[in-house]
Amino acid sequence: MIPQKLDYLKESASQTAGPYVHIGLAPGAAGFEIYKKELGWDIAGPNAKGERIRVEGLVIDAFGSPVKDVLLEAWQANADGVYAHPEHAGEVEEGFRGWGRVITNFETGEWGFDTVKPGRVMGRNGKAMAPHINLWIVARGINVGLNTRVYFSDEEAANAEDPVINLIEWERRRATLIAKRGERDGKPVYRFDVRLQGEDETVFFDI
Amino acid sequence: MASQGEFYQRDRRRHPPALAPDYKTSTSRSPRYSLISLQNSASELTGPVFGHNDIDPIDSDLLHNYAKAGESAIGQRMLLHGRVLDENARPIPNTLVEIWQANAGGRYRHKKDTYLAPIDPNFGGCGRTLTDDEGRYVFHTIKPGPYPWRNWVNDWRPAHIHVSVFGAGFAQRLITQCYFEGDPLIPICPIVQTIPDPQAIEQLTAAMDLNASAPLDMLAYKFDIVLRGRRSTVFANRLEGN
Ligand SMILES: [Fe+2]
Repeated sequence: MIPQKLDYLKESASQTAGPYVHIGLAPGAAGFEIYKKELGWDIAGPNAKGERIRVEGLVIDAFGSPVKDVLLEAWQANADGVYAHPEHAGEVEEGFRGWGRVITNFETGEWGFDTVKPGRVMGRNGKAMAPHINLWIVARGINVGLNTRVYFSDEEAANAEDPVINLIEWERRRATLIAKRGERDGKPVYRFDVRLQGEDETVFFDI
Repeated sequence: MASQGEFYQRDRRRHPPALAPDYKTSTSRSPRYSLISLQNSASELTGPVFGHNDIDPIDSDLLHNYAKAGESAIGQRMLLHGRVLDENARPIPNTLVEIWQANAGGRYRHKKDTYLAPIDPNFGGCGRTLTDDEGRYVFHTIKPGPYPWRNWVNDWRPAHIHVSVFGAGFAQRLITQCYFEGDPLIPICPIVQTIPDPQAIEQLTAAMDLNASAPLDMLAYKFDIVLRGRRSTVFANRLEGN
């Protein structure tokens, strides 16, 4: 018996971003100037309310080595928990994009971005999510971009009731999503190392 | 703007697995634990929005966007066009499409590329554009050359263009590669072959499109990109929930 055909298309398959991802998405880093404006260098803009923070870390492979050809994208709400998107109710400050893109340093593997700490966003079923930044990670050797979330160590109460963190059955693995708050030159800096594989592998999401 | 529902689940059987040992680099960069599946919240349903202030019209013309005045890139002149659609076959308008590629000799303009094929002084190798109201995009470029890479001792990448697309929500974010019909390297490329489904590989293979070609100028190839579809919602509820 042959039923009727469903006429959905299928999503195009992902392929690795490869080692030269910088050419397309961060050409300055590949070693040349081409665009008047590279995208994704300023997440929050000058007018954003809230606490100015830095988030930084490494992406670490199975051997414990920093990966040096990674591109990361961040997507976050503003301090009021509003995404800069027409379908999300609420307003964001002029110049607030909520999106950024950074690469790992070719020598050290360090990445980092400056932004404002996001507020809580309403999740499913009326349960507020703890403040978080969504991360998308691509590189040579990564076949499908990896999604994870950066939560904040000083948000213990919110984290404890976060519906996404609580989906993770293993409490020990939840810790891989919590960026540790520190300070440098009087400014809050959160440390978030991503472990692609091995002990304490970061939790990645199928979103 | 009409409120839309959640994205259809990503069909992971159609995408490459994280670990594909024939593509050696994936061995040490592939998570071993299962992904944790999330139902969409606002964090996944929303995503960055781009406008014409973000880019310049010249950005989509790789023949000229890095060339000296009056000159252009060397190679087979090519018009690459297509549509960005979702799985419901609906066009995705106003979405950012970014591409990057090697030059006609298979060499990238990148400080880490040391292949002995020469750099083309008139070719940068990247472009970007926004889709129009019907999801269409067009690039003018040259056909990239195949190039060798260190995996097995004698592996060659088929001619390809890297493609990055956003869609309307962060859950649609995708990077893929566009191949070209008739390339004998496609079936033996360890990166292409990370994709388990032959139909999914065909879907990444652009067809020569004589009708769309610019006579005496550029041969066209057509490459449609499909992003995840969305459920339609009966109620016009905002994403915030209530
Ligand atoms: Fe490539």
